[in-house]
Amino acid sequence: MSDVASRSGAGDSSGRGTPQGAAVTVAGLRLTIDGKPILNGIDLELPRGKVTGLAGESGSGKTMTGMTLIGLQPDNAVVTGSVLFDGRELVGLPAREWGSVRGTRIAMVFQDPTASLHPMLSIGRQLTDHQRHHLGLPKREALARAESLLERVGVPDPAGALKKYPHEFSGGQLQRIAIASAIACDPELLIADEPTTALDVTVQAGILALLRSLCDDLGLTVVLITHDFGVLSSLADEIAVMRGGVIVEHGSRYDVIRQPTHPYTRELIESLPMHELAEAGALGAPGASEGTE
Amino acid sequence: MMGEQLTIDDVRVTYNVAGRAALNAVDGVSFTLTPGAVLGLVGESGCGKSTLARAICGLVPLSGGSVTFGDVPVGSMGLSGRDPRLLRIQMVFQNPYASLNPRRRIGKQIEDARRIHPTTAPTVGELLDQVELPRSAAAGYPFQFSGGQRQRIAIARAMATGPDVLIGDEPIASLDASLQSRVAQLMRRVALESGASLLFISHDLAIVRTIADRVLVMNRGKVVEEGETDAIWGAPQHPYTKRLLGAIPAVDGLGRIPLVAQP
Repeated sequence: MSDVASRSGAGDSSGRGTPQGAAVTVAGLRLTIDGKPILNGIDLELPRGKVTGLAGESGSGKTMTGMTLIGLQPDNAVVTGSVLFDGRELVGLPAREWGSVRGTRIAMVFQDPTASLHPMLSIGRQLTDHQRHHLGLPKREALARAESLLERVGVPDPAGALKKYPHEFSGGQLQRIAIASAIACDPELLIADEPTTALDVTVQAGILALLRSLCDDLGLTVVLITHDFGVLSSLADEIAVMRGGVIVEHGSRYDVIRQPTHPYTRELIESLPMHELAEAGALGAPGASEGTE
Repeated sequence: MMGEQLTIDDVRVTYNVAGRAALNAVDGVSFTLTPGAVLGLVGESGCGKSTLARAICGLVPLSGGSVTFGDVPVGSMGLSGRDPRLLRIQMVFQNPYASLNPRRRIGKQIEDARRIHPTTAPTVGELLDQVELPRSAAAGYPFQFSGGQRQRIAIARAMATGPDVLIGDEPIASLDASLQSRVAQLMRRVALESGASLLFISHDLAIVRTIADRVLVMNRGKVVEEGETDAIWGAPQHPYTKRLLGAIPAVDGLGRIPLVAQP
């Protein structure tokens, strides 16, 4: 798109020694539902082992982009364009082949863990079913792995947690369990759609730290879909801003937040309560930036 | 139209939990809600804010203290008729899937509420206009609407009674993230336009900040801090408030995840 303000990865991203190159390359992705255009040509490269944030308001198409990456768009949606994942074209992939990609190589975490976990199955069951299916593990091994996964995501008493049911946990613990379930089959790509929106802020901080450490330790490529620039500012390495089904600006976290070039991004950032920016020193010297904006 | 003042004085609610010590969900809370004011009530899950909302409406019995609306004490809701003056307190619940009757048309449900209105209620069409829904919605059933639309219907129904006090108990928590702020703004506008006051309960500090004039911060059943919204955000006094606000990630582009000491 000609109106995309794209910049190569400058900014302050620390070199974590992650493998270079794109884990996923999206080109000219379009999606229509009953003839109504939802995505109008998305071009996006997701750098391997990094968190790419998708920002935007209601109806901008950010969730639908995430859904399309994992093949969960509505049945009546028509998708054209290209999503290249590990040399494989995902657009138009037959349902049967999706079965060997979704849940094992590409996984997803949703907004509301009380809805995304099954209320009547034990945590142990929910953390082992897909391992046994995708990885072909025997039950005992899958359970042992589930226990170490729960430990990894910081759920207290992992062995005991396996025997419990979702209603016995708080929202924050459930989101940790949902993340454990998502990473159980060692995916390369994790799509997190508003993963902290339903949580208290103090709990949110813990989940953000967990996602950061998973990304750094496991080399996981993460797509972080959120409307919250605070969350993007703390976790995303790159930020793509969406509006009307296209990406209007894409760049490093620092550049997009501190020096947005697209008017829409600037509008979004400026609509945030000034206090948070001012307190963080993002407005430069007090009083100096007003004149230059 | 000026409403009555809602006075909450040293309200206590105790839950008896089998096999455990009694839980003081609300532990001596006092405040007043003046007409035309928007009061935000924030706190983390489990701090007692929803219990407090239910206590104000008489949905849970008080174990101490009093709730007074104008000069009418608010008692427990029973099977007998309620003092009509108390019907001027209306509530919008968290889950619009459960709070609307699935088997009655939207228009009928709003019509019921209009009968309570003390003077001339706005028409169903006008109410739907207020909450930005098409007038044709009146003929539909709840299942035909999305979560955000249902919550708008619930707001329209509450407003149809011409309330003096509108209470929203996490009214946006079950909505899609990008809709939350819009529905919250809508509640504020609708309440203030009709001269009602709004008690807005939420765990989402960012949204409370955008709509509330004053804020109460609750922790473990107690109000730990109260003040003007700007003052609380600008200079929080209580350690709990500081911890809560400190957990909000700053939009500085530096990639810092807030460090929060676990209590």
